[in-house]
Amino acid sequence: MIAIKDLTVKYQTKNEEILALDRLNINIGKGDIYTFIGPSGCGKSTFLYVLSGILQDYSGSVLIDGQIINPKSQRIGLILQNYGLLPWKTVYQNAMLGVKIKNQPPVEEYSNYIFRKLGIDNLLNRYPKELSGGQQQRVALARAFILKPDLLLMDEPFSALDAISREEMQELFLNIWKENNVTTIFITHSVDEALYLGRKIVVFSPSPGRILKVIDNPCFQLDNLRYRDEYYDMSMKLRKILDKG
Amino acid sequence: MLLKEKWQGALYSLVVVLILWQAVAWLLKLPIVPFPWAVCINIAEIFASKMEIHVLYSTGRVLAGIAIAMLLGIPLGFLMGYYEKVDKILSPLVYFTYPVPKLALLPIVMLLFGLGETSKLIMIVIIIIFQIIITARDAVKDIPPEIFRSLKSLGANKLQVFSEIILPASLAEVLTSIRLALGTAVSVLFFTETYGTEYGMGYFIMDAWLRVNYLDMYAGIVVLSFMGFCLFIAIDIAEKYLCSWR
Repeated sequence: MIAIKDLTVKYQTKNEEILALDRLNINIGKGDIYTFIGPSGCGKSTFLYVLSGILQDYSGSVLIDGQIINPKSQRIGLILQNYGLLPWKTVYQNAMLGVKIKNQPPVEEYSNYIFRKLGIDNLLNRYPKELSGGQQQRVALARAFILKPDLLLMDEPFSALDAISREEMQELFLNIWKENNVTTIFITHSVDEALYLGRKIVVFSPSPGRILKVIDNPCFQLDNLRYRDEYYDMSMKLRKILDKG
Repeated sequence: MLLKEKWQGALYSLVVVLILWQAVAWLLKLPIVPFPWAVCINIAEIFASKMEIHVLYSTGRVLAGIAIAMLLGIPLGFLMGYYEKVDKILSPLVYFTYPVPKLALLPIVMLLFGLGETSKLIMIVIIIIFQIIITARDAVKDIPPEIFRSLKSLGANKLQVFSEIILPASLAEVLTSIRLALGTAVSVLFFTETYGTEYGMGYFIMDAWLRVNYLDMYAGIVVLSFMGFCLFIAIDIAEKYLCSWR
């Protein structure tokens, strides 16, 4: 479980101190998936940097299974909008980077399964620049899942993709997620994505980031979601909350 | 550029230079401009007996100079690129001393380190090291922060950040800077070999000049240029091989 208590982050710029996150409180159950939605600049990415251990200058407490966040002892999968692949490594080396850094023995069987599942098993010797955006994002997903993370963090991972590959990737992601049940925090600015991927949806306020509302998402894992009435109802509801800010 | 295109380019340049040389020699008809083929025949005749030792000395010096400049310059540049504090302390020094014509320091270096090998190496090192430091530093600074982020979130330690990111990300640029510094290094080498030694292509060329042996002098110039070209190609191939991802 992830327990976040009074998480506050302040930035010091040249002239002033900016409050990025203001007293966030939320508990996320093990194996659950939460989508976080909010306007640009509301501190969503800052929130993710705290959880991934990149940003350590915060007040309040963030505990994963009772322990303070520390990427050295926990396995944290981070997937960024621009994929975060190392251009000098092949697809295979990139995908194995997580286990390599963690000094875990690579599990060939599982990684091969993930490669096949993501449809990148025939691209393993390529370099990132030889891949399309969607393919690069698949490699980033492979890297995260092969690590078997305690916590999976996704920062608008599909927003740079075209609409068709985006929906394809969302489906693929959910598919693998279901098999692994990793605790996941998925940040998005798309109402559609929040509804499709989140068991719960957390709505952020504009800057400084506060949690406006945590909504149970009845649409989660419904078949043919985008053609259903529930989808439209929830979509309207979510937009209203976002508009009120 | 493809390898084939590069070789075609090199061959093309060689042919153009030879034609121009031949034309000038033919027009001037003076002993100070011998015909290319005469120089080539001379090289074939004297290389093993008279030139080989000089080529070895020169190659050794230039390689040692580059190696020392890399060993000192690359870590320094990495530190400056990675740690803002180190950069703040050292950058002004680098910028301030960069435009100083280092060749003018030759008398000081000679007075301090004598006429021998040490002062020759020091001259080569101080002339090319700045380029290497600045390139290494800028290459590290140019690495996008997201790349560091994804490694940090995996809990990578400093050594892993260095070996997985900093080194491979900047290798290509550092090799390019060395390739560019090579021309300067060979020029400095020539200059430093004109004093305090009886070995090296610089000595060979100047000696032939003073002996009014123009064929030998030209042979020396051609061989020295060829040596520089070979080193250039060697770094180019290393770059292709080590940075195939680019």
